[in-house]
Amino acid sequence: FLAGFGSLMQDVLWCFSQVKGTIDIGVTEADIISTVEFNHTGELLATGDKGGRVVIFQREQESKNQPHRRGEYNVYSTFQSHEPEFDYLKSLEIEEKINKIRWLPQQNAAYFLLSTNDKTVKLWKVSERDKRPEGYNLKDEDGRLRDPSMITVLRVPVLRPMDLMVEATPRRVFANAHTYHINSISVNSDYETYMSADDLRINLWNFEITNQSFNIVDIKPANMEELTEVITAAEFHPHHCNTFVYSSSKGTIRLCDMRTAALCDRHAKFFEEPEDPSNRSFFSEIISSISDVKFSHSGRYIMTRDYLTVKVWDLNMENRPIETYQVHDYLRSKLCSLYENDCIFDKFECVWNGTDSVIMTGSYNNFFRMFDRNTKRDVTLEASRENSKPRAILKPRKVCVGGKRRKDEISVDSLDFSKKILHTAWHPSENIIAVAATNNLYIFQDKVN
Amino acid sequence: PVSIIVFQEMEDKVISPEKAEEAKLKARYPHLGQKPGGSDFLRKRLQKGQKYFDSGDYNMAKAKMKNKQLPTAAPDKTEVTGDHIPTPQDLPQRKPSLVASKLAG
Repeated sequence: FLAGFGSLMQDVLWCFSQVKGTIDIGVTEADIISTVEFNHTGELLATGDKGGRVVIFQREQESKNQPHRRGEYNVYSTFQSHEPEFDYLKSLEIEEKINKIRWLPQQNAAYFLLSTNDKTVKLWKVSERDKRPEGYNLKDEDGRLRDPSMITVLRVPVLRPMDLMVEATPRRVFANAHTYHINSISVNSDYETYMSADDLRINLWNFEITNQSFNIVDIKPANMEELTEVITAAEFHPHHCNTFVYSSSKGTIRLCDMRTAALCDRHAKFFEEPEDPSNRSFFSEIISSISDVKFSHSGRYIMTRDYLTVKVWDLNMENRPIETYQVHDYLRSKLCSLYENDCIFDKFECVWNGTDSVIMTGSYNNFFRMFDRNTKRDVTLEASRENSKPRAILKPRKVCVGGKRRKDEISVDSLDFSKKILHTAWHPSENIIAVAATNNLYIFQDKVN
Repeated sequence: PVSIIVFQEMEDKVISPEKAEEAKLKARYPHLGQKPGGSDFLRKRLQKGQKYFDSGDYNMAKAKMKNKQLPTAAPDKTEVTGDHIPTPQDLPQRKPSLVASKLAG
């Protein structure tokens, strides 16, 4: 029994584990983390940043000698995935920022991931090399060619052990298929195909073929003056390889079945919550825009994130979500300034835990929120260097909305809107989370008793 | 019962926080369009990113940014322009254009 800690997620107490990145006074824009993703076993954790770089962390084996250091994540590999390019036709820069990373399930000793910027998707192979051949005939150990006429003896090269080297190589580059900016990629459960979605179109790729893709959704109107909504996120069903969903800037989700037609412009299901017309304001459509959509691991539910809420939908019920969680409703009375400083357009992501019982999403002031779907309890935690002593338990935070502010509460006007947590990830089977706070990556774990 | 009725009346008169914020915005920007989700707004969203005049303009801008971020060239390399055709040894070493992520440090 722990007095004074307010509401907790059942028995889970979250503790600080690690933080990656530097404490700079001014943040270099290239260092801003733009995506975070665990692989399917949770052994690897990948981050992408605005500078087009990918850093992969690997969980170290748990040792019996140090049971409290429950598998820390250390750098495994890092590489430059994308570089800035210039679109000559439009005279626009193509940012190297990594929008999304998605892992393929592991099928052999090597690891594969997809990383994408606004225009190009790349398949990267990350593999280990711990042996190298020595004793070539035609070149010496430095690689310099030998004069063949000087060779009098033939030998057979042998494999000798070497220091472990992790190499990342680009195996496929899927380019020139998107006129608009890619916001999502999703690996299909058949492990042979994946999709990439931009503002107006979704393409289906085969991993082996880079010069063609199938267009499966196209919402571009013949006359661009008639444009009313854009695609904001898309994802394949975790088990049914013919099913996928995509969300829109108008707060709707469409579920499509690729068996019905080659072009899935007509949805199989359409999810939309009815709106009370008397509540409509200038901001209504903007704050209803869905910034992220995620299937539950079970495949029975989808979760969507809009500016102020997270919603859970049952695939069998299209007319309204089954659960709605308020992330930071106190921002409703700040919408004017949030529109002026563009924060109202921030795209927050959301994640499920491994058992689909808890959902998590980020907020401002480096706060992030978790909602327990069973107990209906929620908690606000903070990613901060002040709470970064090893295994320090995170204290729940509270935002004071008005009236008397208690000692450890923070008032809405004191929130730092430049400290936004847009990207988080949850280990597939354990209570380990990765939280990206601008240029720092925090890893939290539940308390080991 | 009387107090409940009074409360309901008051609720009807209270403007939702969202509508109050809308009024604030309209007061600051009277020419703001009615529909924020209109096609102009979306089309602006579709074309994000800085526009340059041409590729030369883009490369100049990139070069300027790089010069600001990287340390200055070694002092013993002297400028060799105009006097003669430079050889590869005369040119200053090309700086690596890509810096490793600090997360890996």
